[in-house]
Amino acid sequence: MKKDARLKKRFNIRGIKDFLLSGSLGVTLISVFLGFMVGAIVLLIAGFNPVEGYFAILKGIFSKPKYMSYVVIYSTPLIITGLSVAFAMRTGLFNIGAEGQYIVGAMVAAMAGYYFHLPMVLHIIVCIFLAALAAAAWGGLAGFIKAKFGVHEVISTIMLNWTALYLSNWAVTLKSFGKQGTGKSFAIQETARIDLFGQWKITEAGIDFIRSHKVLGDILKSPVNLGILAAFLLAFLMWYTLNKTTLGYQLRAVGYNPNAAEYGGINVNRSIVTSMCIAGGLAGTAGALQIMGVSHRIAKLATMEGYGFDGIAVSLIGNNTGIGSVLAGFLFGSLKYGGSKIQDAIDAPTEVINIMVGTIILFVAMPKLIKLIFSFKKGK
Amino acid sequence: MDALALSRHPLWGWGYSDPTTLFGGVKCLETIDFFHKAVEMTDMVKKFGDFTANDKINLIVHKGEVHALLGENGAGKTTLMNVLYGLYKPTSGSVKINGNLLNIKDPNVAIKNGIGMVHQHFMLVEPFTVTQNIILGNETTKSMGIIDLKKAEKQVAELSKRYGLTVDPNALVQDLSVGSQQRVEILKALYRGAQILILDEPTAVLTPQEIQELAQIIQNLTREGKSIIIITHKLKEIKQMADFCTIIRRGKHIDTVEVAKVTEEDLASKMVGRDVIFKVAKEKQLRGDKALEIKNLVVQDARGLPVVNNLSLELHKGEILGIAGIDGNGQKELIEAVTGLRKVKSGTVSVQGKNITNLSPGKIINKHKISHIPEDRQKRGLIFEFDIAENLILETYFKPAFSKWFTLIKERIYSNAKDLIHKFDIRPEESEIPAKALSGGNQQKMIIAREVSNEPEILIAAQPTRGLDVGAIEYVHEALINQRNQGKAVLLVSFELDEVINVSDRIAVIFEGKIVGIVDAQDADEKQIGLMMAGGTE
Ligand SMILES: Nc1ncnc2c1ncn2[C@@H]1O[C@H](COP(=O)(O)OP(=O)(O)OP(=O)(O)O)[C@@H](O)[C@H]1O
Ligand SMILES: [Mg+2]
Repeated sequence: MKKDARLKKRFNIRGIKDFLLSGSLGVTLISVFLGFMVGAIVLLIAGFNPVEGYFAILKGIFSKPKYMSYVVIYSTPLIITGLSVAFAMRTGLFNIGAEGQYIVGAMVAAMAGYYFHLPMVLHIIVCIFLAALAAAAWGGLAGFIKAKFGVHEVISTIMLNWTALYLSNWAVTLKSFGKQGTGKSFAIQETARIDLFGQWKITEAGIDFIRSHKVLGDILKSPVNLGILAAFLLAFLMWYTLNKTTLGYQLRAVGYNPNAAEYGGINVNRSIVTSMCIAGGLAGTAGALQIMGVSHRIAKLATMEGYGFDGIAVSLIGNNTGIGSVLAGFLFGSLKYGGSKIQDAIDAPTEVINIMVGTIILFVAMPKLIKLIFSFKKGK
Repeated sequence: MDALALSRHPLWGWGYSDPTTLFGGVKCLETIDFFHKAVEMTDMVKKFGDFTANDKINLIVHKGEVHALLGENGAGKTTLMNVLYGLYKPTSGSVKINGNLLNIKDPNVAIKNGIGMVHQHFMLVEPFTVTQNIILGNETTKSMGIIDLKKAEKQVAELSKRYGLTVDPNALVQDLSVGSQQRVEILKALYRGAQILILDEPTAVLTPQEIQELAQIIQNLTREGKSIIIITHKLKEIKQMADFCTIIRRGKHIDTVEVAKVTEEDLASKMVGRDVIFKVAKEKQLRGDKALEIKNLVVQDARGLPVVNNLSLELHKGEILGIAGIDGNGQKELIEAVTGLRKVKSGTVSVQGKNITNLSPGKIINKHKISHIPEDRQKRGLIFEFDIAENLILETYFKPAFSKWFTLIKERIYSNAKDLIHKFDIRPEESEIPAKALSGGNQQKMIIAREVSNEPEILIAAQPTRGLDVGAIEYVHEALINQRNQGKAVLLVSFELDEVINVSDRIAVIFEGKIVGIVDAQDADEKQIGLMMAGGTE
C-alpha cells in the first residue's frame, strides 16, 4: 500500500482537483455533471423549469420502492450489453453488433424456454447457455470475418444486426413458435423464468401479501427478477478475466498493440475471434435474461430495440471496465426510467434525456476538452 | 561592461578576461557570440511526483554555439529539453531566452521565442507533402484564408537551399527516407523562425552518410547565428559537431566542458562515473554446429518487390554473425521472415535441421527458441500501457513460471521484474510504472532483458544498442558475447560498422537483399566492407 502512495505521487496525483483532472473517473464525473447542466439548459430554452424537471426525474426514481425496482430492471440489460461492448473494446474491437447478439440471445432463449420441458433450475441454465452460445457464434462470426478477410467489425456487425432482426422476426412467424395473428411468440415455460415469485404473485396469498406489506409488496408489483445478480456476476467475471488470467493478458496486449502482441507470439487473429465470441456471449446473455425475467416472449419488431446500442454508451461512460459498466448502466437505466416521467410531470419531451446522455458521452470522449475548460476557469 | 559580467561564468569559471581570446585559434568556436546568451537555464528542477528527473541543472548556450547534452539513459536529457520547449512545467528554476526571463508554459510560447525542437519520434502527417507539413499550423495565406501554396513552396525551397537541407518540397512524406523526414522536421522548425534548435537524438536513426550531412547542416545553421542543442550518445559525434558539452548524471549537472579540450574517454567516464571499456574483450570460441540455415530465401515487400532476393546464410552455435549493410537492403525483411512476422515467398529457413519456414511467431519463439530484439521498439517491442513487469512476460505469460490454471501469478511476475530490473540496470527500479514513462534507452534495456532471459538458442538482435548510452552499450555487447560463450547462436544486425566489426566473429555483408560477401571479423578491413556495403566489388 506504500507502493500505491508512491505511484500516486509519481504521477502527480495530489489533491482532489488533480485527481479529477488526471484520472478517467474524474473526467467521467465531470462529464456527467456537464451533461446535467446541458440538459438543464435545453429544458430552459424549451421553456421548462429545469429544477422542476430534475425534481420530476428524481421523484420518478426514488419516491416509491416500485420505481427503484424498475430502475434495476431497466438497468440490467444495459449493464450487460455495456459489458459486451467494453470487453471487445479492451481488445481493440468496436462491437456495434451487441444489438444483433442481444436479439439472437433473446430469440434462442425464447425458443429453448418454450420448446424444452426441463426441471426448474436446469431449464434456466440450459436457456442461458444456449442463448449465450448462439450469440457468441454470432459475435464470433464478425471476428472471423475480420481475421480472415480483413473486413472491419463495425461494418460486419451492423450487417449482422439486421440479419439478426429479420431472423428473429421470421422465427415469430413459425407456426409452432409464434401465436398466429399476434406478432408474438408463445410464452416460455414457468421453469425457464427467473422472476421472483412470478407464480405466487397471482395467487390469493400473494395478492394479500402485496396489499398488506407496503415496501416489499410495492417492489413485487414490478417484475423483479434475478437478472441483476447475473449482471454483477458477469461484471466481476469480466474484471477477473481481463486482469487476472492469461487470456485477459493476451487480449489486452492485442488491444493495446497488435504489432507487439504478434511479435510476442500471440495469435492475433484467434484473439480477435475469441474476444468477439465472449462479447457476443455477454450481449446474448442480456437478451436471454430479459426474456426470462421480464417479457417471457419475443415479438415481431419493426426496428431494433436499442439495448445493444445503449450498451455502447454505457461502455463509453464506464471507461470500458466492469465496475464502470455497472455504474454507468445504473445511471443510464435511472435516466431512462426516471426520464420517462418528465413528460407526465411537466409535459417536457423525454428526448431531453437522450441529449443529456449524448452530452455526457461527448465530454467523456474528450477529456482534453474538460481539462481545457477547467484550466480556463483557473484563469491560466 | 557586459563583456565582463558575461565572462564571469559560474560553471566554466573563465575569470574576467575577454572570453574570445581564451578560445582564440580553436576553429569550431568561431561562430559563437559569447556576448549573447541564447539560452540560460538556471537551477532547473523537474520532479515527477517524488522522483527528481532534473536536479538543479544549469545550461548556457550562446548564439551560434552547438551544445551537446550527454548522459546515461534516463539521466534526464529529454526531460530538460521538454521543459525548455514548454512540454513540461518545471518544478523550479528559471529560463532566460536572449536575456529575457520567460515562463514557457507551452510550446507555442517556445516557438514564438524562436525555439524549435525535433523529437526523436517524428510528428509528421504522412500522406501530406513536404510543404504541407512544413506550413501546417503556420500557413501562408492569400486573402480570405486561402492557403498560398505556391508562395509557401518558394519559401521552403529557399530555406532548404540556404542551409543545404535538400528535400523535394512536393514529395509525400510517406515516401521519404528517415533522414529526409528529419530534414523536413528541421525545416519546419526553421520555417517557424527557430533561432534555437533542439535535436533529441537526431543521429540514432541516420545512416553514417546522413550523419555527415547533418553535421554539415548544423555548421551552416550556426554560421547564420543559430544555436543548436543536440542530444546524442555517440561521443564521436560530440567531438565532431559540438563546441561545448554538458554532462548530466542521474538528473544532476556534472560538468560543462569545452569539447576540444577533452577526450572521448574523459566524456565517457564523466558521464558514467567510472572508466568505460570501448573495445569489448572476447576470448576465442570454437564454432559449433549449424543452428540456423537460410536457403535461397525470397521475401517481398508491400509492393511485391523481392527485397530479400535469393539469400542464403548459415549461423552456427557459439558464434556471433554480424550483418553489415546500409539500411534498406533487406535486413528488416530478412529478420521478419526468420521470426515468422512476414511471409516467405520462396526458399527455406531451418533450425537445427527442422524447417520453420512460415511458421507462426509463437511456434518459432516457443518451440524453436528464437528470441528477437526488434528494430522498432515502439511498434513491436513493447506495450506502452503495460507496466514493466507485464512487458517482461510478453512471450512467457502462459508458462508455468507465471501462471497456473490460466491465472497469472502476480507475485512471480513482479519478482521476476524485480530481478531483471536489477540485473539489467533498468531505471527507475520500479516494476509498476508503464513502459511509456521510461526513457528511450531504458525501454530498450527492458526489451533486451526480456529476450535474453528467455534463454534462446538463437538470438536475433536488430540494432540492439540504438539509443543506448556507452555504459549500456558495453553491457549489451557483453550480454551478446555471453550468449555466444554459452554456445548459443547470435545474429547481429546493425547499421554501425564499428559495432559489427567489434562484436562479431564473422561478418556477412548484405546488399540489395543478397549476401555479397562473408569475412572473418579478425581480418576485417573497414574500407573493404564499406565498399561491399555500397555494392562495389573487391
Ligand atoms: N512522464 C513521466 N512520468 C514519470 N517519470 C518520467 C516521465 N518522463 C520521464 N520520466 C523519468 O524521468 C527520467 C528521465 O527521463 P528522460 O526521458 O529525460 O531520460 P533521457 O536522459 O532522455 O534518457 P534516454 O537517453 O534513455 O532517452 C527517467 O527515469 C524516466 O523514467
Ligand atoms: Mg531521451
